[in-house]
Parts: sequence; C-alpha cells; structure tokens
Amino acid sequence: MPLLEALVDSLAGALMMVMSLLPDTLSAPFEYRFMQRALLTSVLVGATCGLLSCIVVLKRWSLLGDAISHAVLPGVAIAYLLGWPFFVGAFVTGALTSLGIGAIERHTRIKSDAAMGLMFTAAFALGIVVISKITTSTHLMHILFGNVLGVQTSALILTLLASLVAALTIWLAYRPLLLYTFDPQQAQALGFNVSAIHYGLIMLLTLTIVASLETVGIILVVAMLVTPGATAHLLTDRFATMLAISVGVGVVSAVAGLALSVKLDVASGGTIVLVASGLFLLALLAAPRHGLIVRRWRRWRFNRPAS
Amino acid sequence: MTSRATDATPALEVRGLYAAYRQAPVLEDITLSLPQGQWTAIVGPNGGGKSSLLNVVIGALAPLRGELRILGQRPLAQRQAGCLAYMAQQENMEWDFPISVRDTVMTGRFGLMRRDPLWQRLLPPRWANPAHRHAVEEALDAVDMSDMAARPIGELSGGQKKRVMLARALAQQAPILVLDEPLAGIDPPSEALVMATLERQRRAGRTIVMVTHDLPGARRHADRVLLINRRVVGFGAPQEMLSDRMLAQLAVGSIDAASGGLHAAA
Repeated sequence: MPLLEALVDSLAGALMMVMSLLPDTLSAPFEYRFMQRALLTSVLVGATCGLLSCIVVLKRWSLLGDAISHAVLPGVAIAYLLGWPFFVGAFVTGALTSLGIGAIERHTRIKSDAAMGLMFTAAFALGIVVISKITTSTHLMHILFGNVLGVQTSALILTLLASLVAALTIWLAYRPLLLYTFDPQQAQALGFNVSAIHYGLIMLLTLTIVASLETVGIILVVAMLVTPGATAHLLTDRFATMLAISVGVGVVSAVAGLALSVKLDVASGGTIVLVASGLFLLALLAAPRHGLIVRRWRRWRFNRPAS
Repeated sequence: MTSRATDATPALEVRGLYAAYRQAPVLEDITLSLPQGQWTAIVGPNGGGKSSLLNVVIGALAPLRGELRILGQRPLAQRQAGCLAYMAQQENMEWDFPISVRDTVMTGRFGLMRRDPLWQRLLPPRWANPAHRHAVEEALDAVDMSDMAARPIGELSGGQKKRVMLARALAQQAPILVLDEPLAGIDPPSEALVMATLERQRRAGRTIVMVTHDLPGARRHADRVLLINRRVVGFGAPQEMLSDRMLAQLAVGSIDAASGGLHAAA
C-alpha cells in the first residue's frame, strides 16, 4: 500500500501544479492533503463520467444509468456486513441488475423502461432492508450522498483504474463504439460483435458508477452521466468534439463544485452536480447553433415584416 | 478477399432457411442462389419476409435452421472481410447524432480499417490511410453530395439522407451491395440518381440485391426478380416474375404461407 499512497500523492502533486495556475480564491482551499485527494478523485470522476456521458445521452441510457446506480446499494450493504471493500459488492449487484434488465427485455413482452423500473427498485429495496439491520450506518450514508472529503485510498485507486479503463477503451475501440452508438445495424453488417460491444459498454458504465460513488453518491451519480453529455450535445455536431466538451464540463464541474462546497461549507456532491446543471442551463440558453436565444432570434428575424 | 471464389460461385446462396421473430415464423424453407454480377430485385407483400431475409444476410437475425453462404464462404468471415455493403431502411435512425455527412460515409470503411496497421487504427478515422479518404470522396461524388460533406447529417432532407447512406455503402467498394428499399420516401430526382448510381455499380461488375416496391423500376433495371412471401414464390426474369399471373400468385401465397406457418410453428 505505501507504493499506492506514493502514487496518489504524486498525482495529487501534479494536479496541484496545474491548480496553482488558477486564481488564489479557487486554489486556496486545496493546500490540505485531504483536499488534494478529494480534488484528484473529483477530477477523475468528472472526466470519466464525461466520456461515458456522451454514449449514455446518445443511446438514451439515462434511465439505465439511474437503474445501475441504485442497484449498487444492496451490494454495498452486503459487502459492509461481510467486511469486503464496498466496490466489490457494488460492482456485482450493479452488473447483475443490468444483465437482469437485458434478460427481461429480450425474453418477455415487458418493455425496457418497465424492466429497469422494476429491477432497480427491487435491488434498492433490498439494500434498504439490509441497511436497516446495520446499526451504525454513517458509512452507508456516505455511499448514498458521497463523501469525497474523506475518500479512502482504495476508492481513489479504483477511480484511477476506472478512468484508465474508460479512456483506453474509448481510444482503442473508438470506431466500433462510434458505429454501434450511431447505427448498430450497420455495425452488425460490417461483422462487428454487437452484443460484445453492448455488454462491454454496460460493464464500463457500471465500473464508472461504482468509481463515482464516493464523490457524488448513488443518488446523484446519474447527473454526472447525463448532464455533461447533454451539455456537449447542445454545443457541437461532431462526436469527437462532443467527447472533449463533455469531459471538460465534467472536470470543470468537479473542480469548481468542490471549491465552492468548501467555501460555502455545503455538501460537495450536490454542489458539483449543481455546477454541472448550471453549465447545462448556460448552454441551453446561449449555445451558438442549438441554444434557445439563437433559435428565438432566428424566428424573430424570419417573422419580421419586410420594411 | 474472395480468393477461393470463382466467377461461377454464387454471390449469395441460401439453403433450407427458416427464421422467426419470437414465435412468429417469417421465413420458411428458403432456398435460392443469386449469381454474381447481377441485379436481383426482391418483391413481396409487407410482412412477407423481405427485410428479414436481408437481416439474416447481415447477421442481425439468426436463422432457426438452414445455411447461408456469401461468395461460397461462411457469412461472418465474409462480412468481416468487407464483402457485403448494406444500406438499411433507416426507419429508426437517430438523425440527431453529432456526425457530419463525410464522417457518416467514412463509417462504411470501418470494417476495412481492421486491416490497417495498428498505428493507423490509433489515429482518428479522418487521419486514416488515404485510400479510405479517397473512397469516401469518390462515393460522395457518385451521389452528388460532395457539396454537403461538412454538414451535420440531421440537417439533410429525407432524399439527401438516403443518398448519403447509399454513398456509405458505395464507399465500402464491396462486391455485393444489399439494399433495403433504397427508394422508400424519396423525391423523384433522388430516385433517378440512386437508380443511375446502382446501374453504374452493376456495370462495374458488382452484385446488387435490392428489396423494392417499385415494380416499374424492377422491370427496367433488374436482371432477376425474387418473389417472396414467407416462402419463395418465384425466381426468374422480370418479365415473367412481374406478370399479372405471378403477382396474383404472390398475393395468394400469403394464404398458403399462413396455413403452412401454423404447421411449421407447431
């Protein structure tokens, strides 16, 4: 473990060199070590969620993301009872639930939204029942709402791993992923293994959600999987640009949200999500092609009587 | 890519093929052999299995029984080798997808890019091997869409989108072109352009397999017509297959097929 601690510290140090370029009001709270670790975790979560977010938004997987994140709760509770690291249980129940949703959808007449609704509520209910048997549940509250200021080294390493896996997957499998997201039928016709891509993406989504739990918590992680991608979709008509903007929105929300939350002494997970939502609102109004202001203005110009 | 296939090898060969969606049978005992270099029009009533047959060919629908050969070899290997270019009906495409016309056509090359050296596959597609870019520009030119290459795909009209999707199939430069109702819902100028483009492809020696409702077009362009209504009703020259007698039989075929369908499902 000391090696991992050293790795984390050196990464946090590298991040602080970047942060020192920012104005003092923003970088001042990060002189403490626990704040640096929180910042590192948040930046990684923002970037990873930002990447996945584009696929979630374009594939209409928002509800699936919500379902997987809720389905993580029983895994966390059971892992706590057994004394395992929380993310092992979280990944197992999250993955099982997403597979179960797929199976119901494929083999019965139940539609996908109903399949998701019934699977994730059942899993979440199981989590609540198990938690009610645990007397000290402060740790579990952290899972529900995030606790990035007290992030454990093991969780930080998991987040780091998830970021690496997500970035490498999207880089190395860029073409199959793009084609699968855009036109799965064409991917099939070109001989790509569509179901492997599908389940691979769902596992990657589950991994990302589990890695984000300590930062934003179960309830809010879906916001990080929807808002950056939706914001980017309003701002560009190119997939690669959308990925870049979405990562940018995720990282900016993470840094600004964490700094604000410390300054105002409020919950950091919620603040990060609020900053992301604010950026979305800004894009919704002021996006150069798809923003509301430009649309209004175009319509006004069109309807203006010729003078 | 077709080293073992000779000119006499059928482009598509289907033997004793059965397929179903959930419980409902859609294809029963299909056996046919489409020669290379010919234009085959597939004609039949809605729900008669035309698109399902194409779905089996592209691998989106697994047959219950029967065999499919593409240029004499196993279908997956041939799809991966880029032998099959497919143009779907595109009813449930997400046209809001952030992609330009040029990049859409480039996705037709994604299968062939598997054979590029590793370092090229790590670069963005548009910096890929010039052969891919060249094929894309040529295909855009063939359907007269070069001027719109930088536009987002969602901004085009229905006919223009069809032309882009045809360009994507052409960009693959595959020996076999499989098209599912390429003329559905497009304006007359685009229709003429699509047919002229396909005519040029046929003259270049490509095999064309096209599902269509356009009987005059099939009469004028197709070398062969396949009548299908769950079963093969007829396969032969257009004049013969598109006669009133055969078309009446195609409609009657649905009744026969329905009873046969119950039998097969039991």
